[in-house]
Parts: sequence; structure tokens; C-alpha cells
Amino acid sequence: MKILVAIKPVPNPDEKVKIRPDGSGIVLDNIKMVINPFCEIAVEEALRIKEKQGGEVVILTVGPKEGEQQVRTALAMGADRAIQVEAEKGLDSLAVAKFLAKVVEQEKPDLVILGKQAVDDDNNQVGQILAALLSWPQATFASKIEFLDGNKKAHVGRETDGGIETIEVPLPCVVTTDLRLNEPRYASLPGIMKAKKKELKVIPSASLGVDAAPKVKVLSLASPKERAGGRKVADVAELVAKLKNEAKVL
Amino acid sequence: MADILVVVEHQEGAFKKTTLATITAAKAYAGLAGGEVDALVLGDGAAAAAADTVAGFGVRKVLFGEGAAFAKYLAVAYAPAVAQVAREKGYGAVFAPASTFGKDFMPRLSGLLDAPLASDIVGLTRDGDKVRVQRPMYAGNAIATVELIGSPLLFTVRQTAFDPAQGSGAKSPVEKIAVSADAGGSAFVSRQETKSERPELTEARVIVSAGRGIKAQENFKLVEELADLFHAAIGASRAAVDAGWAPNDWQVGQTGKIVAPELYVALGISGAIQHLAGMKDSKVIVAINKDEEAPIFQVADYGLVADLFKAVPELIAEIKKAKSA
Repeated sequence: MKILVAIKPVPNPDEKVKIRPDGSGIVLDNIKMVINPFCEIAVEEALRIKEKQGGEVVILTVGPKEGEQQVRTALAMGADRAIQVEAEKGLDSLAVAKFLAKVVEQEKPDLVILGKQAVDDDNNQVGQILAALLSWPQATFASKIEFLDGNKKAHVGRETDGGIETIEVPLPCVVTTDLRLNEPRYASLPGIMKAKKKELKVIPSASLGVDAAPKVKVLSLASPKERAGGRKVADVAELVAKLKNEAKVL
Repeated sequence: MADILVVVEHQEGAFKKTTLATITAAKAYAGLAGGEVDALVLGDGAAAAAADTVAGFGVRKVLFGEGAAFAKYLAVAYAPAVAQVAREKGYGAVFAPASTFGKDFMPRLSGLLDAPLASDIVGLTRDGDKVRVQRPMYAGNAIATVELIGSPLLFTVRQTAFDPAQGSGAKSPVEKIAVSADAGGSAFVSRQETKSERPELTEARVIVSAGRGIKAQENFKLVEELADLFHAAIGASRAAVDAGWAPNDWQVGQTGKIVAPELYVALGISGAIQHLAGMKDSKVIVAINKDEEAPIFQVADYGLVADLFKAVPELIAEIKKAKSA
């Protein structure tokens, strides 16, 4: 099976972001960029499918040149080759999905896997928009993927608010990953060495004929209201007294 | 003045309260941009019940698109149907809850209509003649002000950020409409529900949540016992869910459920950024953790540095005493 995995570099999610004083964005100095955790799960799933039934795993990203580093990490995990649509930073989901759709039309994969959401913008949009643009079925928030009838269709378990829901989708389709789909591997040292020689095709975004004018513009960022937390109680008795008399929740 | 459409969430006809905060957000938008708020229910015959329910919450009218292909929710059938209604009736904005329902089909709708979508909005403001929305980014550590360009404008609404719409005491008219429904080759197969007598996490007044510190699945009994005293919902951190101690749909956090109950009790939860993103708007936060450096204490109104296996049984006894006093 030929699988295309779209990934996005994001600032390390374990570090708390700082907003620039003018609200124009976040402070990125000294912040490590990583593959978005959900995209990493997508890469892992594609590799597992390939290990089971053969095929090819192609990594795809849309964004500035620096993203090459995270693409190389995905190649080091075991993907076969990569495509980078070199584009400006800060594109909205519609624009990203339009670029992805162009490459999908060229590459004709059987399956596209993406993370359900990038943990920087928290939009949770690109996979579904891509599926719409391609007129493909979609299975979002996947916690299990099973192929049936010689890969003609798949059963996908989806993490929904009410529990796990399983749907059947014909291939080709778009799947977005949730946390419990798998645990991504680390890139091995030989993997990292091999990744340096793997093919990375760069496509200038302008060559794809996509209207990427933003329809969703982030005008400014502000800090959320800080909680006045941090008070401690000495023991259970004091806690119960405070809950009863101060917070009045008992 | 273009009108506004709210897509109603229901499960096989059972109305979901997530829709109520969405109606409030849509009305706030109407207050800023003008227009009337209508509701759209897609489903088979069973969804008539959801249409009847939403008719009691002060919308102008309820559009009911009946079709066998909507019997079980599927984004692939929903998105084109909503697109058709929005186009044919000229709606200027479409709202849906930012639940796994709205998050699934609304971006697909955005792709079909080439229309901008703001996910998970928490506020609406006016800037001159334009409406701006606020939405969290970076696990809620930044609130972005966003401008949408195009038509219709699409929004998913964070349930905790808007009060639920109140019953109007009257019923709006329900109008049956014809929409085409086609699921392509996709189909619903099954649902594995987490059965519980407890309120839903996103609707509970009190939530008792446990993390890595609970150490084993059987220790959730302790969590349940405490939760019983409040008729509380039970939540979990990612660590507890990953360990297999709690079902996936109990996870509270950036990519799980966003909650804001009156009381949130965090037991053995360290308070990673991703968890805080899902609960820090709770009214009162109690944290019990034996690590006094745990970040959860920074957001807790009442932090108790203690072994939860000692403190929780004591807490249960004290609350019983306090309640009977």
C-alpha cells in the first residue's frame, strides 16, 4: 500500500509558550521544534502498515525550509522518501490542505494519514478539509485501523466523546490519528544515517497554482487570564472546612 | 442581513446539550452582526425528537432534514447536506459544537464551501463593522483574536465558554426540508459506549479526576467512592488513560475533553500543560498530590500535599460528616 503522511513541525509542546510583548506571536528563540505528536503517531502507523503488508511511506510537509529537520526525523523513523512544499509560514488550514491535495493528486496514494490536530494552532482541520477537497471519505480521531477485502476498505475505530465508534470507509481515504493509535518509535542511529541519503523533493509552493490567500487570519495573541491558585491547606480537615465555608461547594 | 445556522448535535435522536452553548454563541454573533438564528437537525425519523427539543430554546425556526443516510452520524453525509442548506438558504454563518461531532464534519464543510472555519471559539467581539472571534491556541496558553474572510463564516464553539441557552417556554416552528444524503461507501459499524450512571464529563457540576498517582485500575474504586458523594463525573489524565486504567473518553486535556465544572478534584495528577488546558477554567480546583512541586498546585485553589491513598479515605469520611452536620 502506498501511504502518504503529512506532518507539521511545532514548538516543543512540553515547554510553556511565551507571547511576544506586542502580541504578534510567540517567542520562538531557543525553542526546540519537533514533529507534532499526533503527526508522529501518523508516521508510526504508516510504518506499521508497511511492515505488515509492504508498500511505500511518503512524508509530506508544507512550510518553510527549516521544516526539513523534522522531515528528516520522520525519514529516520523509517519512511522511504519525502516531499516538502516550500511555502511561507503561518498558512491557514485551507491553504495547507489545498497544497496537500495537489501533491496527493500527483502521488495517488491509497491512504493519507495525518495527525488529528497540531498542538500549536489546535485547529483540528487539515485532514478533514483535505478529504473534502479530494472527495475522499474520512475517518478522524483514529484509535484503530483495520484493512479488509484486500485493502478495498478499512474499519477505523474513532475516539469520540461518547466512546469508541467504528466506521467503515472505502479506500482511498483520509485518516487522522488520536493518541491511542500507537506509541511512536524513536529514530535509531542507523535510521538517522540512512535518512540523510533518502530522497527529499522540494516543490516551490508557487508552482502548484494554489490560491493560498488567508481566509483565517490570526490578528493578535494575548495571555489567558491567570488563575490565582497556589494556596495550600495543611490537612484534610482544613480542606473540608474551606470547601464548606469559603468555596461553598459542600 | 444574512441569517445564522446552528447544526444540532444528537445521537440517534437524543438531543445533546452541547448544542445549547452553541445557540448562545450564535445569538451573541447575531447581536454583533445581525441576522436570525435557525437550527438544523439532520437525521432519520428518530431525530424528530431532537428537532422538537431544540425548538424550545428560542431559535427562529428548526429545519429538519430527514434522510436514512443520516440515521447514524457520518461526516461524509453531514457536510454536503449542511453545505447544501447553507448555500440554498444563503446563511452567512454556521455554528456547531466543538465536540467530536462538530470537529469532525465542520472542517469538511469548510473544504466543501472554501469557507473559513474558526475552531473552538471562546469569545466574540466587534471591531468596527467586523466581528472577531477569540480562540485558544498552544494548549490554551494563548488566546488568539481571529478574523475570518469569506462566506459563510464557520465556527465551532467551546461548550464551557458560553452559558447554555435557556428554554424559551414556547416552541419554534419545525420545518421539514429536502436535503440530499449520500454516505458514499462509508458506513457506521458499531459504538462501544462507556456505560455510566454518572453525569457526562462535559455536563457535570463536580468532577473527580485521577492521574498516574492512582497507580492501578482497581484504585479507581477510591475515586468512585469520592465521586459518589457529589454525584460527580470521573475524569483522568492522559497518563492514567495510556496506562489502561481509564477509558479514552475520560481523558481531560488539550486534545481530550475540555471541562469547567464548579469543583474539579485532581488526585495524583501532576498537571502537565496538556492536562491544565482541559480543566483550568474550573471554578474551584482541589489538588491532592504527594509531590509538592507538582505544577497542578499552581492552578489549585486548595492544594494538599499528601499521599492520596491516605488523604482520600479521610476526605470521604470528613465530607460525609460535614454533609450530615
